[in-house]
Amino acid sequence: MNKSKNNAVIKYNRWGYIFLIPFAVAYIVFQLIPLFTTIYNSFFENYRDGLTQIGPNFVGFENYKALLESGKLLTYTKNTMIMWVMGFVPQIIFSLLLAAWFSDPSLRLKGQRFFKTVIYLPNLIMASAFSMLFFTLFSTVGPINSILVSTGILKESFNFMSHVWSTRILIAFMNFVMWFGNTTILLLAGMLGIDTSLYEAAEVDGANATQIFYRITLPLLKPILLYVMITSLIGGLQMFDVPQILTSGSGDPIGSSMTLIMYLNQHLYSKNYGMGGALSVLLFIITGVLSVVIFKAMGYEKGAKK
Amino acid sequence: MKRMKAIASLALAATMVFGLAACGGAGDSSSSSSSSSSDGAAVSSEGQVLNIYCWNEEFKSRITDHYSAYSETSSDLEENDNGDVQGTVEGKIGDVKVVWHITPSKDNAYQNALDEALLGQEDAAADDKVDLFLVEADYALKYVDTDATMSVSDLGITEDDIADQYQYTKDVMTDSNGVLKGLSWQGCPGGLIYNRDVALEVLGTEDPDEVQEYVKDWDTYLETSKKMKEAGYLMTATANDPYRVFSNNVTTPWVNDEKKIQIDDNFKKWVDMSKEQVDNGETTSEDLWGDKWSSGFYPDGKVFAYFGPAWLFNFSMAADDEGSIANAGRWGLCVGPQSFFWGGTWICGATGTDNADLVADIMKTMTTDETVLTEIVNDDDDFVNNSKVMEQFANDESYQSKILGGQNPNKIFCEGIKTIDLSNISSYDQGCNEKFQQAMKNYFDGNATYDEALEKFYSDVETTYPALSH
Repeated sequence: MNKSKNNAVIKYNRWGYIFLIPFAVAYIVFQLIPLFTTIYNSFFENYRDGLTQIGPNFVGFENYKALLESGKLLTYTKNTMIMWVMGFVPQIIFSLLLAAWFSDPSLRLKGQRFFKTVIYLPNLIMASAFSMLFFTLFSTVGPINSILVSTGILKESFNFMSHVWSTRILIAFMNFVMWFGNTTILLLAGMLGIDTSLYEAAEVDGANATQIFYRITLPLLKPILLYVMITSLIGGLQMFDVPQILTSGSGDPIGSSMTLIMYLNQHLYSKNYGMGGALSVLLFIITGVLSVVIFKAMGYEKGAKK
Repeated sequence: MKRMKAIASLALAATMVFGLAACGGAGDSSSSSSSSSSDGAAVSSEGQVLNIYCWNEEFKSRITDHYSAYSETSSDLEENDNGDVQGTVEGKIGDVKVVWHITPSKDNAYQNALDEALLGQEDAAADDKVDLFLVEADYALKYVDTDATMSVSDLGITEDDIADQYQYTKDVMTDSNGVLKGLSWQGCPGGLIYNRDVALEVLGTEDPDEVQEYVKDWDTYLETSKKMKEAGYLMTATANDPYRVFSNNVTTPWVNDEKKIQIDDNFKKWVDMSKEQVDNGETTSEDLWGDKWSSGFYPDGKVFAYFGPAWLFNFSMAADDEGSIANAGRWGLCVGPQSFFWGGTWICGATGTDNADLVADIMKTMTTDETVLTEIVNDDDDFVNNSKVMEQFANDESYQSKILGGQNPNKIFCEGIKTIDLSNISSYDQGCNEKFQQAMKNYFDGNATYDEALEKFYSDVETTYPALSH
């Protein structure tokens, strides 16, 4: 009797697996197989020279060697990280602040729903359209320059796109504006999930707002913060459309706003699957290493969250 | 357990990223290059469908207006975000169905589509084979120097048929063995388009012949440039304006037979001249087609001159807009320091076509028939590729351009076009020119030395074209 009950459970569990099939198939076809073919491709010389297909010829680690030796990989990784950090730091500060305000019942903010919508809106604009808008706004004959000149702040128009830091600041600013709403919503969800009795208890014990934030909110928010950090890092390493459009693909001035994915995109012009594959594998490793660093830095370990 | 979960989720997250980053690199393994070309004798002409690949509606409208046997039956075009049209249009010539495959040039989309079609040509069904396609000069050799393009003589067009066509239009379409593989109905010789009011104010004359004296070679051009600066005008809106004049007059191609990149002296000359001009504030380091560039179409932009062909002032310099210089008819045209061309569309027959006779007839009618060509000049303001027809228009006093204040541009263009020499081109010109201008912008802006900018150029070009080295 016991046995037949067990059988029924197993039979019933089968449905779980059946329902998983669509995901598994999509995952295998669109993620897992491409993943391995990319690694496989990275060991071949395989590109198109005009209408002539070169390769695929097995070259071992030549592609990796070429990428690492050129030194560009390091420069572009550095560029990407600089622009990500420049966008992420203000983003996390703003988001924490806004989320803390929104979730604080004692503030009784009016029109929360409206503001939550408004701060999320920039994310709905296509990144390329946003970038194009900034390109026009900040061009030498654009509105920003004419305002600066006509109010006498500048003597003559400033070419934002031909200076290293102004270009990077523009890119970082765009990423910040586009993503702080999203981060705010995530952090807000995390904060609302914290038991209010903890806050009440802290208040009864005489803690002030700052103490409550640092001693209660932040530690309990850690899992969400970690999630935000990791997703933002991954998104940041894949930064592409904003700088690509703003600099017309050149990553100028002198390659200082060239990101890793823009570099990958350059390789794909000639359908260079070998180098593209090798670069993707290296990007994978970089992402992995940096994610582990963040995990460690956040102290997310076995005993930590007990 | 927690740790395991963490690692597992990290691995999953990373896997997803990687999958995304890698998705460009997967799965595609198109067959290798097209093999030997078919002989002229094996060409077939019984096809039911004529497939034409192009990037806009220009050639289609020429065919519609001037190739009498053609009529359009249905159109399925849509406008994309950039305002370019894409899609297919169907028409017919006699019993043959004509299908236009229109893909915009932006981001290399046209060439990507054409590459795929040509590489699959051999295995394609007869009705799907590319029969005719269009190319531009910058990348013409990429197609011309392969077996994918048919030689013009195999199509039955003789040297005599095309004797009146301008030499440079044939240079562009001649492969490395000296075989001519495509024809054009238009020539796009350029000149120096100058602002008459500024010329009058600074040089004391607006007469094309007299203005020409101030820009007759690069040294005098630079002197005039200084005068313009003193009077508060830019010589050109951007340093890229005269670029084509230099790149059309090179003595070595960008890439030699060993696939090594070489910098012609003329490019160095352009760099030195432009650097001097940018540093002195006589021009800017901005991009062509940008806002700064087009600001000079109006008097407030304070720009003296543009380098360009007829289509530039006819269609691109805001002639319909009241207040623009073109609208007031205050541009003038002179030859400038050296001859050059800009733009133009060439017609190629695709190897493997099943409509060879029709392709040949279209090419012949559209590029050699003097009645048709005369019609095109009158109706469409094209500068057609026939010296006899154009000489007539050059000497025709009644042919006047309103934009140029009544000047007949054909006189100037006919003079310039004879000396254009394009024997030094390579199949990589498009990328080389683009990357060179992009890289040199860093030098002009003072963000890099010439050598650093050159390094950037080499590295960008070699990433884009892995076959090249320096």
